[in-house]
Amino acid sequence: MELFFQQVLNGLTLGSIYGLVALGLTLVYGILHVPNFAHGALYMVGAYVSYITMVDFGVNYWVAMLLAAVAVAVLAVLCERLVFNPLRDAPPIHDKIAAIGIMLFLEALVQMQWGAEFRRMPTPYTEILDIAGMTIPAQRVLIIAGAFSLMAVLHLFLKKTMTGSTIVAMAQNREGAFLVGIDANRVAMMTFAISGALAAVGATLFAPINLVYPAMGHLLIMKAFVIIILGGMGSIPGAIVGGLIIGFAEAFGGFYISTDYKDIIAFALLVVILSIKPTGLFSKGVH
Amino acid sequence: MNALTKISNFLMTPAMKMVMIVAALLFPFVASNEYQIYVMALAFVWAIAVYGMNIITGLCGQLNLAHGGFFAIGAYTLAILTVDHGWAFWPAFIAAGAVGALLGFLVGVISLRLKEHYFAIFTLCVGFIIYLLLDKWEELTHGALGIINIPAPSGFGLVDFTETTPFYYLALAFMVLSIWLASRIAHSLLGRTFLAIRISDDLAASLGINLMRNKVLAFVLSTTYASVAGALYAGMVRFIGPAEAEVTHTFDMITYLLVGGIGTLMGPLLGTLAITWLTQSLQFLEEYRMIVFGPMLVVLVIFFPKGVVGSFLAWRGRRLAAAHDANTAKQAAVSKTSTDKTPATSTQEAGNHA
Repeated sequence: MELFFQQVLNGLTLGSIYGLVALGLTLVYGILHVPNFAHGALYMVGAYVSYITMVDFGVNYWVAMLLAAVAVAVLAVLCERLVFNPLRDAPPIHDKIAAIGIMLFLEALVQMQWGAEFRRMPTPYTEILDIAGMTIPAQRVLIIAGAFSLMAVLHLFLKKTMTGSTIVAMAQNREGAFLVGIDANRVAMMTFAISGALAAVGATLFAPINLVYPAMGHLLIMKAFVIIILGGMGSIPGAIVGGLIIGFAEAFGGFYISTDYKDIIAFALLVVILSIKPTGLFSKGVH
Repeated sequence: MNALTKISNFLMTPAMKMVMIVAALLFPFVASNEYQIYVMALAFVWAIAVYGMNIITGLCGQLNLAHGGFFAIGAYTLAILTVDHGWAFWPAFIAAGAVGALLGFLVGVISLRLKEHYFAIFTLCVGFIIYLLLDKWEELTHGALGIINIPAPSGFGLVDFTETTPFYYLALAFMVLSIWLASRIAHSLLGRTFLAIRISDDLAASLGINLMRNKVLAFVLSTTYASVAGALYAGMVRFIGPAEAEVTHTFDMITYLLVGGIGTLMGPLLGTLAITWLTQSLQFLEEYRMIVFGPMLVVLVIFFPKGVVGSFLAWRGRRLAAAHDANTAKQAAVSKTSTDKTPATSTQEAGNHA
């Protein structure tokens, strides 16, 4: 039973990080209908910014996280301005190829600068908590709490503030949003900034129990895509629920079936679900 | 008619194809060392796979990100059959193509129910599943160690394909065959059907085109190309590992396709050759070549989405149209002078300059 709860905890940890990364991806998709293949690279850059500021400059963990969020947000906005905005009217295949180009570039750049070796990110929260007979590393608690509070903040921002509403409005109906005077450029830049910041925070939270290396975003971005397909592309609750589904499936699958094939579970799940229901689990209407 | 027009007209003639084939046949004699022949042969093998990608992505408009995976499937089928089961090269080669087609059919039937982004993401995942299986399924694929001592294509005692130059001609023959087949497909009703699907699913369906059947056919054709290329690759390099299925190979192929000209006939070949030799001359960048290629992809899709060949064709089309306009203007002017009986040298001159 204790092992079972341990897996619940693992699933929750994985799921909350997956959810956070998928949220950024789904926000961008909702606004611009661009599947941003470069999102995993932004996540990776976020991890490196935190790592470098913490290890080389001795900055505090939380300050490093903030710096990473700002740096990646700026990078994401640059991508939007320089690449996705000029491609707004291009055929959809061009956006995807451009996003792949950005991803390849960022990875090669980081690898040239800092090498391909695996690094361990330090964290101030190394103690092991003991709650009701279960041993829980503090960092995991931080991940779950951090991810869910960030999701709550994002939810409040989108629902309660005027700026947040412009994003929701644009995702719901582009022409309608233009009619009521919403500036598409501003919303697009803001959405990219938020998605970049979410990726950087996710990376800084997750990296201490994982590793930092140039290809760290690969698997994660593919899982994030699986999640937003499951949850319906552009849907925010879908991203969170989908993240938890994949997180739990991996934790339990890895434990009860096979650790070797743990990473395949998400993709197998996608293949099965899309074979039965080509529009995803929670999607509304047709695509 | 100026020199530029003459050159561009010559590039479109069948004689140009002969020139290219003769140049390719003579290449081993002018190459300064064996390594250059090897690089060229390898580029031909990749070009075959890129032609496959051109069918599904260029003609039919579906971005298939599992293409590198099918390349690896071809290579592994050949390697497993020859090394572990003692098959001869050529039967295993045919089997590799058949396995690529069969798996392509299975994946295509599921994945092509999805459209645009969903299809791209789904195939990205399929590519990753292929990689993971090759890496983890040790009983079948030897896992991360890969497979060594793959036999070279058998020359039936006449030629020795372990030598670089004979293999070069073998690769060349297969590539010419692939291009010929691709050209037959592109100019057939089937090719037009694929094109109609690329332009609009709904319009194609309203013309009575069976979307699913044609898309699956395009997908199977492309995966067969990829696995045949993979099998040739295995016979050339003689050792393979799970890394052949890495998604970076797919991205490399997209780069080749985009540089040359997506959806064009000679684009895949030109792009593959250009980038292969560019990479060779940037050897010091080998690991970091994406620092150059990444931004290049972005710049290409923003400014030159048609690639070298596509841009050339568009430029030539504009010139021909302009010449045609000038001619009609001239004729109009001439017929006007004959009826009005007034000198019209100025309009004629304007027509000549246009």
